[in-house]
Amino acid sequence: MAADAAPPDGSRRAGFLRLVPGLTLAVFLGPVAAGLVGTLLPAFGFLPALGGEAVSLDPWRTLAEYPGVADATLRSFVTGLSATAISFTLVALFCAAAYGTRWFGRVRAVLAPLLAVPHAALAMGLAFLLAPSGWILRALSPWLTGFDRPPDLALAPDPYGWNLVLALVMKEVPFLFLMTLGALNQVPAERSMRVAQSLGYDRMSGWLKTVLPRLYPQIRLPVFAVVAFSVSVVDVAMILTVTPAPTLGVLILRWANDPDLTLQFQAAAGACLQGVVVLAALGTWIAAEKAAASLGRIWIRRGARRMPAGLNAAALGGLCGAALLGVLGLVGLTIWSFARRWRFPDALPSEWSLANWTRRADQLAEPLMTTVWLGLASAAIALVLVLLCLEAEQRTGRRPTNRALWLLYTPLIVPQVAFLFGAQILLVGGGLDGHWIGLVWAHLLFVLPYIFLSLSDPYRALDSRYARAAACLGAGPWRIFGRVKLPMLLRPILIAFAVGFAVSVGEYLPTVFAGAGRLTTLTTEAVALAGGGDRRTIGTLVVLQGVLPLALFALAAVTPVLMRRATFGREG
Amino acid sequence: MTGSLPESEGLVLRDASIALRGAPLFAPITLTVAPGRTATIMGPSGSGKSTLLSAICGTLDPVFALSGMVSLNGRALAGLPAQYRRTGILFQDDLLFPHLSVGDNLAFGLPQGLSRSDRRARIETALADAGLTGFAGRDPATLSGGQRARVACLRALLAEPEALLLDEPFSKLDADLRARFRQFVFEHAAGRGIPVLLVTHDPDDAASAGGEVIMLRDI
Repeated sequence: MAADAAPPDGSRRAGFLRLVPGLTLAVFLGPVAAGLVGTLLPAFGFLPALGGEAVSLDPWRTLAEYPGVADATLRSFVTGLSATAISFTLVALFCAAAYGTRWFGRVRAVLAPLLAVPHAALAMGLAFLLAPSGWILRALSPWLTGFDRPPDLALAPDPYGWNLVLALVMKEVPFLFLMTLGALNQVPAERSMRVAQSLGYDRMSGWLKTVLPRLYPQIRLPVFAVVAFSVSVVDVAMILTVTPAPTLGVLILRWANDPDLTLQFQAAAGACLQGVVVLAALGTWIAAEKAAASLGRIWIRRGARRMPAGLNAAALGGLCGAALLGVLGLVGLTIWSFARRWRFPDALPSEWSLANWTRRADQLAEPLMTTVWLGLASAAIALVLVLLCLEAEQRTGRRPTNRALWLLYTPLIVPQVAFLFGAQILLVGGGLDGHWIGLVWAHLLFVLPYIFLSLSDPYRALDSRYARAAACLGAGPWRIFGRVKLPMLLRPILIAFAVGFAVSVGEYLPTVFAGAGRLTTLTTEAVALAGGGDRRTIGTLVVLQGVLPLALFALAAVTPVLMRRATFGREG
Repeated sequence: MTGSLPESEGLVLRDASIALRGAPLFAPITLTVAPGRTATIMGPSGSGKSTLLSAICGTLDPVFALSGMVSLNGRALAGLPAQYRRTGILFQDDLLFPHLSVGDNLAFGLPQGLSRSDRRARIETALADAGLTGFAGRDPATLSGGQRARVACLRALLAEPEALLLDEPFSKLDADLRARFRQFVFEHAAGRGIPVLLVTHDPDDAASAGGEVIMLRDI
C-alpha cells in the first residue's frame, strides 16, 4: 500500500525551516530565562562581581526598610489594575454600543494612529494638558479661574497616580480595541447579533450577552499583557508621578542607576517583588474574570433586554474623550516645538520660530539615528523570523501549540524589569552592554511578539488554493513563498513591519538597560527631560517620536498601491 | 504492491480511496484514463471527490490519507512533491494571481529556463488561442469571468502537464458561457493528448465530457 501524506505545498522536506520555530523560541527565551536567574541571584545576595558571595535575605530586609516601598508597591498594583479595568470596560461597552454602526469605523480611524505613538509621548502630551501651566488651565484662565500665572497646584504630575491611570487608558484603549476588532472576525458575531435582536434584545445587551463571552477568550492574552504592562510600567510613571510618590518600577530603576553599587542588591530584590506584584495582579484579574462570568450568567438567565439609557453615550464619550486627550496633548507639544514665546495664559504662542529645531539639531541627530536604525533592524530581523515560522507552520501542517504561543508572549507578561535587570548583568559580563547587538536583542524581545500577533492571522487567512495552484504549475515551495505568498501578503507584511518599528521606537526600559547610557533613543531622551520644564525640547522629541512610526505606517499603506500602479498602470 | 510500477500509459487509479483520520470517505475506485481521453467522477458535495483530486496532484491536507495506487504514464505519484507530478488542475475559481498581470500569470505556468523570446512567443500564442490578443499587460481583475477562466486553463496547460484535473471548473459560470468554456477546455486538452479527470455533480458536464463515468459510493 502506498500512502500519500505529502502536506500542502508538496514538501515534506521542509529542511531547516522545520527548526526555525524552535530556534526562534530558544534565541528568544534563553536570554530571558538567564535574565530572570540573573535577577534572582542578586536578590538573595549573590553577585560576586560586587562582593556578594553568600546567599542571604539582606537585600529583602533593606528593601522592606526603604521608606515608601509599601506605598509604591500598592500604587503600582492599584493604578495598573484600574487602568486595565477602565480600558477594558470602555472598549467592551463601546463595541457593544457601536458594533455594526458607522461609529465603529470612525473610531477605528482615530484610534489606530494613536496606537503607533509611544506611551511616553502620549504621557508627556497629557502632562502638558493637565499641568498648572497647561492647555486646559490656559483655556479657562483668566476669564474663569482668575489665574494670570500658573497656580501652585499638584495637577500633573499628581501624587495619587490618577494621571498615570489616565495615560495608560489613553494607550491601552486603542490596543484593546484593535485586538477586539481582530478577534471579532473569529466569532460569528453577526449571526449571534441577529438572533439576539430577533429575540428582542437591544444592540448592547445582545452584544454583551452573545458576542462578548465568546470573544473574550480570543483577547485574553492581550488583556493579560495589558495587566502586566500597566502594573510594571516605568516610563509613563516617571513622567506622571511626583518624586515623593513613585511607583515600584520607578524606585527600582532609581536604585539600579544609583552610583552606589550596593543598591544593586536592593534593586534586584525590588525587581523580584515587581514580578510578584504582576502575578498578584494577574491573579486578581483571573478572580475577577470568574466573578464576572458567574454574575454574567445570572444576568443572561434573567433575560433583561434593555441596557440602561445613556450607557452607550457614556461609552462613546469615554472612548472619544480618551482619544481626544491623546490627540490634543500631541498637538500641544507640537506647537511647543515651534514656539519662541508662549506665556501663560495665552492659548497659543505669541512668537513662533524654528530655532528649537535648528539650534538643537546636533542634540537631536544622534538619538534620532539610533532610534531609526534600531527600529529598522529589530523589525526586519523579527519580520524574517516570523515569516519563516509561519511558513514552517504551513509546510509541516503543525500549528504552534497554545503553550508555544504563551512562551512567545512571555516577554509581554513577565515584567520587563524582572529579566532586564539580570540580562544587563549578563551583557556586562559579555562586554555587550551599550553595544548595538545587546540593544537589538533587547528590542527584539518585544518587537517579535507584536509582529507575530499582527501577521499570523493574515498569513493563515490567505486562500491556500493559490499555493496549491502554483504547486500544480510546477512551482517549488520557495518559489511559491517568494512569488505568490509574499506579494499577495505585501500589505499585512508592511503593516506588521511598521507595528514592529513603532514598538521599538516606544521601548524605554530595554533601551535604558541594554543601551547602558551610551546608546540613547528619542524615547529615553524625552523621558530624561520630562522632569525639567524644557517643553520646547520635549516638543521636538515627541514630534519625532510620533512622526517616525506614522511615516512608516503611511509608507506601508501607500507602497502596495504604488506597486499595483507600476504593474498595471493607472487602471489597476 | 509497493514498488511494482504499472505498465499502462495515462492516469491510473487502482483501489484508490481517501480516509479522514482513518475513516474512509468512499469505496475504493479503480480507473484508467488513457491519453487524450476524459473520465468523470461524480458524487454529491462532501463525498470526497475534490479531496481525491488534491491527493492526485499532491496537495492533500495532512489530515487526509490516500490509500491504493495512483500512477501517471508509468510513474507512481505517491510521495512525490506536487511540483514534480506534472498534474495540472483547474478549480471552481480561476485563482489567477491578483498581483501579476495576465501575461505574468501565464509566464508563471511556463517551464523555467526558456529564452525571453520563446517565453513571449508562447504567451502570445496562448493569448491568441483564448481570443485575448493584446491582454498581456492587463490586471486580471479587469477581465470578464469567461476570459479569466480561459486564462486559468491556458496557464495550467503552459506548464506542460501530463494530466489535467478539473475540480468543477464550470460550476460558477452561467449556462451559455459554461458550454463554451467546457468545449474550450476539452479541445485544448485533447489537442495535447493528455488524460483529463473531471469531478462534478452536474450530469451535463459528465455527458459533454463523453468518457467513462464513475459514481463515488459511501462505504
